[in-house]
Amino acid sequence: MKKIFFVLLLSPLIILGQDNSGQVSGDFFINTQTYNEDAKIGAGKVSEYLLMNGYSNIRFTKGNFSAGLRYESYLNALEGFDPRYQGNSIAHRYAQYKIEGLDITVGNFYEQFGNGLILRSYEEKQLGIDNSMDGIRLKYSPTKGLYLKGFIAKQRLFFELGPGIIRGFDAELNINDALNFLSESKIKYTIGGSFISRYQGDIDNIPYDMPENVGAYAIRTNISTDKITLNTEYAYKDNDPKGGFSGSNFAPGKALITNLSYSPKKGFGLIFEAHRVDNMDFRSDRTATLQDLTLSYIPAITKQHVYSLAAFYPFATQPIGELGFQGELYYTFKKKSKLGGKYGTKITANYSRVNALNGGSSVLTGLEEHTPMFFSIKNETLFFRDANIEVRKKLSKKVKFTANYIDLIYNKDIIEGKNNGKNINAKIGVLDISYKIKPKKTLRLELQYLAVNKNEKYYQDKGNWTMGMLEYTISPKWFFALSDQYNGGYTDVDGEHDAVHYLNFSCGYTKKANRFVLGYGKQREGIFCAGGVCRRVPSSNGLTLTITSSF
Amino acid sequence: MKRLIALTLFMTTVLFSFSQNKTLPSVDIKTIDGGNTNTSIFENEGKPIVISFWATWCKPCIKELNAIAEEYDDWVDETGVKIIAVSIDDSRNMAKVKPRVNAEMWEYEIYIDPNKDFARAMGVGPVPHTFILDGNKNIVWQHTGYADGDEAELFEQIKKLTK
Repeated sequence: MKKIFFVLLLSPLIILGQDNSGQVSGDFFINTQTYNEDAKIGAGKVSEYLLMNGYSNIRFTKGNFSAGLRYESYLNALEGFDPRYQGNSIAHRYAQYKIEGLDITVGNFYEQFGNGLILRSYEEKQLGIDNSMDGIRLKYSPTKGLYLKGFIAKQRLFFELGPGIIRGFDAELNINDALNFLSESKIKYTIGGSFISRYQGDIDNIPYDMPENVGAYAIRTNISTDKITLNTEYAYKDNDPKGGFSGSNFAPGKALITNLSYSPKKGFGLIFEAHRVDNMDFRSDRTATLQDLTLSYIPAITKQHVYSLAAFYPFATQPIGELGFQGELYYTFKKKSKLGGKYGTKITANYSRVNALNGGSSVLTGLEEHTPMFFSIKNETLFFRDANIEVRKKLSKKVKFTANYIDLIYNKDIIEGKNNGKNINAKIGVLDISYKIKPKKTLRLELQYLAVNKNEKYYQDKGNWTMGMLEYTISPKWFFALSDQYNGGYTDVDGEHDAVHYLNFSCGYTKKANRFVLGYGKQREGIFCAGGVCRRVPSSNGLTLTITSSF
Repeated sequence: MKRLIALTLFMTTVLFSFSQNKTLPSVDIKTIDGGNTNTSIFENEGKPIVISFWATWCKPCIKELNAIAEEYDDWVDETGVKIIAVSIDDSRNMAKVKPRVNAEMWEYEIYIDPNKDFARAMGVGPVPHTFILDGNKNIVWQHTGYADGDEAELFEQIKKLTK
């Protein structure tokens, strides 16, 4: 009923918009797939046969006023998405007004404080994540350089709202804008602080008193010159026990993240990052699990690989506790230099390593108390390690290539909750060559190989993989791609697995902001990630149709 | 009640077809130095602007921006166009934007949209997604995805605005 009211509220505004100064815009997305049973790749029966995820945003803007809604439809949700997305709903609607530095939003909104350590409300549709806030938010800039934000809201959980009431406040000061005598300074300073409080009633019938109001606090600074940027944020979360009958943990949470980048000249860049996370899983429902109702967002401190076999073993942050580092170097060998050749050569080298906190994360229960040392690497459980290099080069007017080599160690037991007792060591090579046949016609070949270390020290998982893809594009409208992934077979606790081919054909047509992609074939089971959050996609065999549009 | 929703949605659909001259939405966005600003400051003194949404982890985005970079000087001479590259990298990768842009040797104006507020206001889903704004900052053309050679089509569209 409320939703309908909101839509009705919108419609006169849309009519008002006809006096040329108002405008309507939006976008549309649909993904449908058919599912054939295929025992060979482990694709089970899907009784609906055809599944669909779709949504459309419609926005209205007139001067300082805007309003919008999103209609979402899951009939039923595609395999790999949470089945709690089911049916149709106007799951997102808002109205926003801005005047004299005051910005008011009622309804749904997304918000992030600083790096997101204590609050990131966001959407990642391809992962099925949408934890928008539903309530009231104010943003105000009382003076130049000072930005204040505050809100009170509940958080979205599929087509419902979570039980917690979230109160948030954030202040950020761009010192150079606020203080006149620093306005011309080459060093830019920004400082910020934020606070989140969650109210959730106590639980009856358990031997503990649950804290009903749980606070989280964060402070941050950013110092930047032309060449160097240093960004640091520290967050603290009050104790937030889950309310289990035994082992409920009353330890507080902490997170520290820092990164330093250095780029003294064109063609060269360097970045170093470190983070320490301890007991920082903060949600708007103390008992929520999976990806439900998350408030804290701890960015993964590893490289986000793109090629499919390179992304075969992706790391996901362990908010319960980890210590991680990452370094990345970018260098361009100039044109006509020895290593640059006629067109120049670009390289990126990256190293990252993540391990458990010393002796595990902080614990405080009636029976046990443990506080890890601030810094400890040597004897701690390794979660992930990745050393990789990429070379990009144009060989002639027509030919260019990208080559990647990746050597990683993946702790499947921790990351996927398995019990193999050993890590996986994988070495991956990728070669991506494109050949411009005519100015608008390009042929691209991708070759990838993933080899697992068969040494006794490591777990062999599914063994080695090979992938090849041939793509033909006709700018600006068409693409055609044929790919195959091949697994040579392996033996694990479930027995012997035969060799399998995953053959897939896809083609796409783009006209301006409309894009149609049709695919047919097999897709292997895998972990699909975006922005450091991952979703497991099961094997499937069928026809897919994806349409995106923006107006 | 469902009919009402359907009717309202239908009305909306009919009405949006009347709306013309879509202007640039005003949204808060981050500068490459970590400061705050708003998209309303985007300016090119009456000449066209290209807004390209990209991310450090998006191969076709980097390809597109590199392809344009090779011809950018000529584009500016001929049409006065300005390219604004908006990264949708979130806090995982946003610190990498500045050293990366410098290493790629791009001469574009760069902003960061870490929670996709601007991308959402522009109807951007998958990246790359490229827009052309005319001299009055109306959105006159857009394109999603990148295939080798697409920059030629983009430049044709820019030239149409300056004739």
